[in-house]
Amino acid sequence: MTRTGSPLGRRVLFGVLGVVVLAAVWELYKALGPATGVVLGDLTVLPRTSDLAMPHVWDMVARLFRPVRSSGDDEMMWQAVLQASFFSLGVAAVGWLVGVVVGMLLAIVMQRFRTAESALLPWIVLSQTVPLIAIAPLVKRWGSQIEIGSFSWENWMSVALIASYLAFFPVSIGALRGLESPDVNHVELMRTYSVGWWATLIRLRLPASVPYLLPALRLAAANAVIGTVVAEVSIGLRGGIGRMIVEYAAAAGGDPAKPWAPIFGAVVVGLLAAGVVALIGLALTRYRRGETPA
Amino acid sequence: MSTAPSAQGQPIASTGPAAVSVAGVSKVFASRKGADVTALEAVDLTIAPGEFVSLIGPSGCGKSTLLRLIADLDSPTSGSIEVFGKTARQARIDQAYGIAFQQAGLLPWRTVRSNIELPLELHRVGKPARAARSSELLALVGLSDFADKYPDQLSGGMQQRVAIARSLAESPGLLLMDEPFGALDEMTRERMQTELVRICAETGAAVVFVTHSIPEAVFLSNRVVVMSPRPGRIRDVIAVDLGRAEGRGEGLREADSFFEAVVAVRESLHGEPAGAPAARGVDQR
Amino acid sequence: MKQTASLPRTILAPVLLGVLAVALWQLAVVVLEIKPFVLPSPVSIATEFSSSVSSVWTASLVTGANALIGLLIGAIVGIIAAIIATVLPITDELSAPLVAAASVIPIVALAPVFYTMFGADKETARQLVAALAVFIPVYLNTLRGLRQARPVHRDLMRAYGASAWQATRAVTLPGAVPFLFIGLRIASSLAVISALIGEYFGGPIGGLGKSITSAAASSNYSLAYAYVLGAILLGLVFYVVTLGVEKLVSPHRASASAP
Repeated sequence: MTRTGSPLGRRVLFGVLGVVVLAAVWELYKALGPATGVVLGDLTVLPRTSDLAMPHVWDMVARLFRPVRSSGDDEMMWQAVLQASFFSLGVAAVGWLVGVVVGMLLAIVMQRFRTAESALLPWIVLSQTVPLIAIAPLVKRWGSQIEIGSFSWENWMSVALIASYLAFFPVSIGALRGLESPDVNHVELMRTYSVGWWATLIRLRLPASVPYLLPALRLAAANAVIGTVVAEVSIGLRGGIGRMIVEYAAAAGGDPAKPWAPIFGAVVVGLLAAGVVALIGLALTRYRRGETPA
Repeated sequence: MSTAPSAQGQPIASTGPAAVSVAGVSKVFASRKGADVTALEAVDLTIAPGEFVSLIGPSGCGKSTLLRLIADLDSPTSGSIEVFGKTARQARIDQAYGIAFQQAGLLPWRTVRSNIELPLELHRVGKPARAARSSELLALVGLSDFADKYPDQLSGGMQQRVAIARSLAESPGLLLMDEPFGALDEMTRERMQTELVRICAETGAAVVFVTHSIPEAVFLSNRVVVMSPRPGRIRDVIAVDLGRAEGRGEGLREADSFFEAVVAVRESLHGEPAGAPAARGVDQR
Repeated sequence: MKQTASLPRTILAPVLLGVLAVALWQLAVVVLEIKPFVLPSPVSIATEFSSSVSSVWTASLVTGANALIGLLIGAIVGIIAAIIATVLPITDELSAPLVAAASVIPIVALAPVFYTMFGADKETARQLVAALAVFIPVYLNTLRGLRQARPVHRDLMRAYGASAWQATRAVTLPGAVPFLFIGLRIASSLAVISALIGEYFGGPIGGLGKSITSAAASSNYSLAYAYVLGAILLGLVFYVVTLGVEKLVSPHRASASAP
């Protein structure tokens, strides 16, 4: 999904520039906008400009370098946010991995058996159109019932489960597309070599699926992060960035910049997840070459 | 009808079973709507070891279908096909042939060398043996300097050379080629034909070569099988004796014997001209 | 590629699978004596749904309205932004990294601060979250569509001496429509999902999300799942309507499949 053309340095520069522009727009509106916000009838179309509703950008940043609780010698806000971010990133990663594995297994089964594809694919496509994440509040219940020997289900596993659920759908569709993408010439070539389905899968279909798989992996990563954040909120998972967002939002009355810190953390989580997938894409560059003659 | 009696031509070498033996083969494609398509009807053909045979004819005459049946990529509706005395299926399992398609069909994520080694890898040949064989083949097709390049860095002609090298990887006694030069420009095409003739002479493999081009068929072959469509059948088999393979160089394309053979094939393709003597299947000098 | 599957297989197989899955679910709940607070049986959910249809309906209207407003705003802004980006490529280059970043971060995380900014008793925050979530796929896909006019068509317009506007009308815009609808299909589901999830982060009650959490909190799990069913139906409705609009606008074109 990376665009060719602008070199990396230029893109980073524009990214930073974009953030600066956003901050400038924020401050400009805050300075020039009406104190009660733009209200059309009963609807607040543009927000109130008070420091409570819209803290200054520099206040948001400065807040990161003060202790979590205004009084006392707590850890710094940025430390707490970073900790929670990495916690959530870890949970999302587990969910993503599980989702990718399940998605690929499904795709392989669907490619192998036409009937499986006919039976499963409509449901998979359908599930992408409906908000299955609505069941997030209810998943916690299932986990509490599972105790196999000394293994007991922990809350973070429920979060990872929801994340994996959101992740495996794009992967199964992208992987199926990719597995079915090889030229009929290539498939017949494998047939002339008298190799079975498994060798064809490993040598031909899997490598050929990489260009389709990578965008799906990226989407799955983004979905896993969303699933993690939402599930953390619904389940109230301690240590996660989702719970921190809601908790700090409740404290916004006395500390208006506080809710923004975990939001920056959530942004970091999303960017890091996408970054990891981009690295995977780099490692697999060999498989993204086309066959058209020079 | 099948081949005219005197038109079998001289096999080049008669050692061992025939490379390909097609007996009474028909292929009918069932169609959901409308009539079934008879791609091949009552085809008989025998190809001796080391012989180069071209299949030529208009679209729909079944030449590619016949090649695919020999390759066991499809099965005949009736009749039998034997490759080196085995069934087509067994021949495929035993890897008795190599194949090249019109699109080079190189795997884009493998280097040139790795593409040539593909069949060897699949059949569990050890790394040193693979490397030795692929170096040999790269030299044979003149691409030793490109061993570590990727297909998208090569021209169409070079990709096709890699495909031919790949088809020779396991030193098969039979090569099946389906218009391998079809996507190339004329100059490259003629160069490739000269190369191919040289390579086949060196390896001694029998070749079944499907083509649309009359000069190509004549230049390359010992015999040209002319086919006609609807239903696909062999109209004629024309023996082409233009000398031994090693002697077929660039100059041959301008020799009288070459043109005479081309005329014979063309006339067969278009049906007999009125009043022409029945010069079917006679050796052209 | 593959031959088309026979009709009974394409219809029967998924339907059979669905029926089988529901039957197994019912069986499992009964045989394994799964408590209703863990997982209610499909039968009890269906019963609860039919007896609370009116409340599910009202809640669906609230969430649906938020999703619709978010969809409309996000789509319109997305289309306009894509047009601007095509006409002024510099804006595209400037905004590309930001948009790429926005497509991977959880936008719903902004919900709580939006509630503070726009009022915790208003639906605006949820609509804004939905609008942002909708903007990204619509913008990206429309941009792609506007950019991909085939060179042969552009040359044709030039050979006819067509003005820039004529060329846009004849070639660029119609060519972009299928891509716009790819984006809209994704966006319609995202709008519902975002509006729903936004309710989990706070704000006024009355929507499906709030109803699910409150039903779960009072241990009425069958009711909670009935609301979930309502959410699923809402998502389906949005998707089907979007498909319908697409068929209406371009009936001659087969729907392009998503990238």
